[in-house]
Amino acid sequence: MKVSLKVNGKPTTVDAPSDMPLLWVLRDVLDLKGTKYGCGVGQCGACTVHYKGAAVRSCQLPVSSLQGAEITTIEGLSSDGSHPVQRAWDEIDVPQCGYCQAGQIMSAAALLQKNPSPSDADITAAMNGNLCRCATYLRIRDAIHKAAATSAAAPAASSSRPRQAGTPRN
Amino acid sequence: MTINARVDRRQFLRVSSLVGGGLLLGTMLDATGAAQLFAAEATPGSAGEFTPNAFIRLSPDGSVTIVAKNPEVGQGIKTMLPMLIAEELDVDWNDVKIEQAGLDTVKFTNQVAGGSTATPNHWLPMRRVGAAARSMLVAAAASTWGVPASECETSSATVVHASSGRKLRYVELLDKAATMPAPELEKVALKDPKNFRIVGTRVRGVDNHSIVTGKPLYGIDVTLPGMLYAVYEKCPVFGGSVKSANLDVIEREPGVRHAFVVEGVGTDPTGLLGGVAIVADSWWLARSARKKLKVEWNEGPRATLGSAEIAATAASLAKQKPQRSLRKDGDVDAAVKSAAKVVRAEYYYPYISHANLEPQNATARWADGKMEIWAPTQNPAPGRSLVSKALGIDESNITIHLTRGGGGFGRRLMNDFIVEAARIAKETGTPVKLLWTREDDMHHDFYRAAGFHNFTGAVDASGKIVAWKNHFVSFGDAEKFAAPADGKAPPPFGAGAGIGGGEFPARFVPNFALDASIMQQHVPTGYLRAPGSNGIAFATQSFIDELAEAAGKDPLQFRLDLLADPADTPQGALVASRMRGVLELVREKSGWMSRDKLPKGTGMGVAFHFSHRGYFAEVVQATVSRAGKLKVDKVWVAGDIGSQIINPSNAENQVQGSVLDGISEALAQEITIERGRVVQNNFTEFPLIRMAQAAPVEVHFLVSEYPPTGLGEPALPPAVPALCSAIHAATGKRIRSLPLSKHDLSWA
Repeated sequence: MKVSLKVNGKPTTVDAPSDMPLLWVLRDVLDLKGTKYGCGVGQCGACTVHYKGAAVRSCQLPVSSLQGAEITTIEGLSSDGSHPVQRAWDEIDVPQCGYCQAGQIMSAAALLQKNPSPSDADITAAMNGNLCRCATYLRIRDAIHKAAATSAAAPAASSSRPRQAGTPRN
Repeated sequence: MTINARVDRRQFLRVSSLVGGGLLLGTMLDATGAAQLFAAEATPGSAGEFTPNAFIRLSPDGSVTIVAKNPEVGQGIKTMLPMLIAEELDVDWNDVKIEQAGLDTVKFTNQVAGGSTATPNHWLPMRRVGAAARSMLVAAAASTWGVPASECETSSATVVHASSGRKLRYVELLDKAATMPAPELEKVALKDPKNFRIVGTRVRGVDNHSIVTGKPLYGIDVTLPGMLYAVYEKCPVFGGSVKSANLDVIEREPGVRHAFVVEGVGTDPTGLLGGVAIVADSWWLARSARKKLKVEWNEGPRATLGSAEIAATAASLAKQKPQRSLRKDGDVDAAVKSAAKVVRAEYYYPYISHANLEPQNATARWADGKMEIWAPTQNPAPGRSLVSKALGIDESNITIHLTRGGGGFGRRLMNDFIVEAARIAKETGTPVKLLWTREDDMHHDFYRAAGFHNFTGAVDASGKIVAWKNHFVSFGDAEKFAAPADGKAPPPFGAGAGIGGGEFPARFVPNFALDASIMQQHVPTGYLRAPGSNGIAFATQSFIDELAEAAGKDPLQFRLDLLADPADTPQGALVASRMRGVLELVREKSGWMSRDKLPKGTGMGVAFHFSHRGYFAEVVQATVSRAGKLKVDKVWVAGDIGSQIINPSNAENQVQGSVLDGISEALAQEITIERGRVVQNNFTEFPLIRMAQAAPVEVHFLVSEYPPTGLGEPALPPAVPALCSAIHAATGKRIRSLPLSKHDLSWA
């Protein structure tokens, strides 16, 4: 079936089997390889993208459900790595094998968009669906705190979206 | 060794001959420490470039390219080996570009990610490679100035003659340097480590930027023009083969271009096993068609195998006389009879899976009699010979490109996925990407071997261990699904299923016996991060804890006492003083001596292990609720891997990951077998540790005088017994089998 959607701000129409998950549309139809396949059952989070303002598992979204959808992938977060979460990931030197990290970054970016200064508990709650086989969780946590601090220090540089007012600091 | 366009072929040969026929620019140590040559043939560079060896290319635009020769699977080698070269070449790290090498057994040896061997094998050779190039650049400058080379120094890609204040940048010396004789690598001067500017600093992963921006890097990301996508279904029973399949149905499915049965080459799971290939326009269509695939299998003799039967066989063997003795010191039986206290205990750990997050995959193209392969393998050279043998292609016609691997952990030491991709591509004649499903990956692994340890230990009235006996029941050679032994000579241990006679506490207990019995292996086993050690440490260190309890001793001090210098320390064996050093360090850092102040239900446990040349002692603090809910509070690690932490950022990352990986294994991981099949399918049934379970891991290194050694593995093994020891301290419950999820940890 033909589905028109917007990926990373760019309108596109794809012709794909109706049950093809967004993950495979991104990877094999649109050649956006940053979003990864890990489990196919929504357990690992390697395929996380942004849809309707939330981090979602693209392996669980059939393309038939995405007519008119606006999707952001790791490639759309920023192509030059300038998003505060990407920068924090590099600076904290989070990756080991790195395979899960696009999904981790997308979950973290969605978290910070809703909650600019998350507590450890907030971070755990938001990130617990993303597996890291190398277990870089401690640095993932550090990087999220760092990205939050960077964004707080220079909100204009990090995001064009307004900070949420009244989000409690923990 | 070359050179530039203005140097003719004759000169190229002459210069090459100075470095041993163009094939000798280094030495490296193999695993046993013996020197062996490694080929670092210089290749002609582009015009004006200086390519002193296979690792370095200096270009007229000032760029410095360093080749990373080893497979990168998350251990950080693509960053670390070039750091060693750049340090001695004396260039600024920010100016270095990294190029990943493919498999090239002419230029390189030991292109393998395994055994935590890269650091000890390359610490000197890679530095010498950089230093040799530097000395040629210095010689070129000295010759230009007419001064002795010994008066010249280097810094930031510049040769400096301090007394005259003259400077020449490397980029100005490329042509001349190419005509300088290459020094003998063994004799080239290396930096004093106190002058290091790159080594010992926190250097970020060279692929970080590509990773955080989602650039294609991994095997699964490879795309070729005209490429098709494949899935491959193998018999769920190990070693089974295809009788028939409904290929006619599959061929009519949307997008399917090819569907065919592959005859396996024997029943060796490390090679090409038979199965059904489906090749389609997209991976999703191939996978969708596979859902309609109906295969009649010849399941073979293993279709009745189950975990319960394996355990029963192991229990029966444990009661019999051991099949063989691996080491015997003193007289265990006599010592047990006269001992103050005797402890007997049985320990068990299950099969577990590697579960690389990137499922196994490879991309292959067969054209004009040549096979080209892109793969996330840890061990490409055996992969090439496997493809050669299985498909009858001369090795000279097979190219293997190394992609980044989405996790290795030892799974990708086997190249089964490569030969499958090559076999399918050879049949279709089109480029093909084979990608396993997560379920394929879990069903067709080379599992960490289960293990059964049957201990007897005894302490004397002073609390000293006087006798130690272990009857280890394990598995025979999995690789060939070996026929049953003839009753006289038991088969060798299966891959990753063995134990060495020198295993601790050999040499440290006067009456010591390590015996083994072996079951015929029906489950493919392999090498999982710290193979052998990851189970042996759990059993051995936990039993030491039991003996400490019997002796009424502090389990950490008990270990220090046990580690008194033995009569002899063979080459490569555990050096007692180094282990005592890390135990003392972790005692201090963890606040071990204040652990009696911890609340009820919270306990500290300690363990150590020597593997992969590394010394690690770890303390875990864990809290168990009355209802039995376990929480790991914190882990303290002390490690001794020699005189230099090459990249502190990655070192810390590897240790933290290793410790959490060990905890992950202990918490809930188990592969079970029913009717010859693996029961678990996905992460729902084979859980990996998640952020909520990831306790802080505080890492301390003890710098010693020994040469630097590797860090991909040795921090893992102690984490498991230290956790179990902490649970005992918190609850009084002794953990003698894994995973922990099968235990009721509640306490009153």
